[in-house]
Amino acid sequence: MSVDQQTVRRIAKLARIAVTDEDVPHLQGELNAILSFVEQLDEVDVEGVEPMTSVIPMSAKQREDGVTDGSKADDIVANAPASEDGFFLVPKVVE
Amino acid sequence: MTKLTDLTLSEARDGLKSKAFSAVELTQAHQAAIAKAGVLNAFIRETPDQALAMAVVADERIGKGEARPLEGLPLGIKDLFCTQGVETTACSNILKGFVPRYESTVTANLWNAGAVMLGKLNCDEFAMGSSNETSAFGSVVSPWRRAGGETQLVPGGSSGGSAAAVAARLCLAATATDTGGSIRQPAAFTGTVGIKPTYGRCSRWGTVAFASSLDQAGPITKTVRDSAIMLGVMASSDPKDTTCADVPVPDFEAAVNRGVRGLKIGIPKEYRVDGMSPEIERLWEAGQAWLREAGAEIVEVSLPHTKYALPAYYIVAPAEASSNLARYDGVRYGLRVEGRDITDMYERTRAAGFGREVKRRIMIGTYVLSAGYYDAYYLRAQKIRTLIKRDFEEVYAQGVDAILTPATPSAAFGIGEKGGGDPVEMYLNDIFTVTVNMAGLPGIAVPGGFDSQGLPLGLQLIGRPFDEETLFAAGQVIEDAAGRVALPQPWWGA
Repeated sequence: MSVDQQTVRRIAKLARIAVTDEDVPHLQGELNAILSFVEQLDEVDVEGVEPMTSVIPMSAKQREDGVTDGSKADDIVANAPASEDGFFLVPKVVE
Repeated sequence: MTKLTDLTLSEARDGLKSKAFSAVELTQAHQAAIAKAGVLNAFIRETPDQALAMAVVADERIGKGEARPLEGLPLGIKDLFCTQGVETTACSNILKGFVPRYESTVTANLWNAGAVMLGKLNCDEFAMGSSNETSAFGSVVSPWRRAGGETQLVPGGSSGGSAAAVAARLCLAATATDTGGSIRQPAAFTGTVGIKPTYGRCSRWGTVAFASSLDQAGPITKTVRDSAIMLGVMASSDPKDTTCADVPVPDFEAAVNRGVRGLKIGIPKEYRVDGMSPEIERLWEAGQAWLREAGAEIVEVSLPHTKYALPAYYIVAPAEASSNLARYDGVRYGLRVEGRDITDMYERTRAAGFGREVKRRIMIGTYVLSAGYYDAYYLRAQKIRTLIKRDFEEVYAQGVDAILTPATPSAAFGIGEKGGGDPVEMYLNDIFTVTVNMAGLPGIAVPGGFDSQGLPLGLQLIGRPFDEETLFAAGQVIEDAAGRVALPQPWWGA
C-alpha cells in the first residue's frame, strides 16, 4: 500500500498540520517507506485472534462519585497563550 | 578518597549515612561536573537553587537520623516528567515555556524520598527517536568515543540525555521512559543499567504521553543495585492513573543478591537475526555461560512472531501518538501561531511546533486510524500484538523464568550517520527491545562487554509480568561476571 500526494495532503488536514508544496513529495516518500516496511504484517494469520485491548489483565478502576479536585482556575490557565477572566481566548470558532 | 561523582548511588547513600561527606558537598560536586560538560548537551535546564535547598534539607534530616531512602542523592530528570514550577517541554518547541502547576507521580515519589533535583535532561522530541537527534534543544553527545577516535557518537534514545548524564557522572542516576526501547537501548550504548518495568508498575500521571499502552518510566543507573533502589522509589500504585496496577512494590534491593541457582533462562532462536555481528553473538554466548556457571539452566525457546513486533510497533505507537499529540493545538498551553481562523491556527501552530520525526509519526498514525484503513492496519497490528504476548506466555508457562537476548544490534554510531534518507534505518535499532513493550513485560539492559573499538555492548533480560526481582538477580550475576564498567574519563570540558 502506498500513498499519493493528494492522500498526504488529506492526512495532513486530518492531523491539523500545515504542509507546504515542498514538504509533500518528501513526506510522501517517508510515509511510503514506513508503509512498505509494515506490509510484512499481511503474512500473519490473525484468524480468530482478538486485538489486544488491555496490556496487563486488569479491570477498569472506579472511584466514589464525588468532587475531589477543582477550584484552581488560575493554575489551569497559567500556561495559556491567551486568556482572560479564567477563559482561554481563541480565534472565532462559530460563524 | 574517591571523587564524589565516581560513587554509585548506593555508595553515596552509605557515605551520607556515615557522614563521610554532606549532601551539599555531593550536590555541588555534581553541579561542578555539569558545568564542565556543556558540550555533551545532556542537561537542558539546571535547577541550582532548588538543588541546593533540597540538599540543605537533606543534611538536616540526615543529621537528625531521619534519612529517607534517597535522602540527599542528586538526580537528573528526563524532560518528559512534569516538574512543578520547572519548565517541562518534552524537548519540543511546541511546549517551550510550559511550566507545570503539578508534579508527576514518579518525580513526586523521588522528592518524597528525599532526592535532590539537579535539572532536566535532554531527550528525543516527545520520546520519539533512538539517538537523541530529534530534540528541539539539539543532539546529545555521548561521553563515549571509539578508541583513538574523536567522532561524536550518539548516546542512544530517546533517553539519550539521561544515559549520557549517568555515564559522564553528572548525576548519580536519572529518570527515563521507554516506549520501544528508550531506556534499554541508550543504557546499552553507554555502559549503564536501564530497566523498563512491567507496564503498570510505575504511574504515568504527569509523564508526557507518547503511546499510552506502551510508555513506562524507569531509571538509568551505574549499577544493578542502584537500578533496584531507584525503581523501588519510582514505582507505586496511583489512583490518578487507571493503567497503574494496584500491586505492592517489593523490596527490589533485597532481590539483587538472590543469584540465579535453579532458574531457567530462555534463549529465543528468532533473535538470532541475519547479519548479526559476531561480537554481539559472542557477547550473547558469554551471557549464557555466566548464567550457567551461576547455576541457571539455559534452554532454547521460540518466540515465533518476533519479527513482526517492529512493524506492528510502527503502527500502534504512531497511532496512539497521533491521538495523544492532538492536544497540542495552541489553545491551553505551549506555542501558539496565530491564524486566519481556528483551523489555520491549529495547522500553523502544529507545523511550527513539531519537528520532522514527530510530524512523520503523527501522519502515519493518523493514516492507519483513518476510515478505510483502521481494520487493515491498526486492528491487524493489535491482533499481532496479542500473538506476540501469547508467544511469551507460552514460553513462561513452560517454566522459563527469564529470557536473555542482546540489547541492541550494534554499538553506538556517529551523530548524523543514520536515518538520513530512510526513517526505517533508525527504527531497526529497536529490533530487540520493542517486543518487550508490545507484550507489556519488564526488561533490563545490563552492560556485558565492549566491541572492538572499545564501545559498550549490553545484554537484555526479559521477565515475567511484575517479576522485576528476577531481572535484578540475573542482572547482578551478569554485572559480577562482566565486571563493573570503567566509565569514560572526561575528554570534555576544561
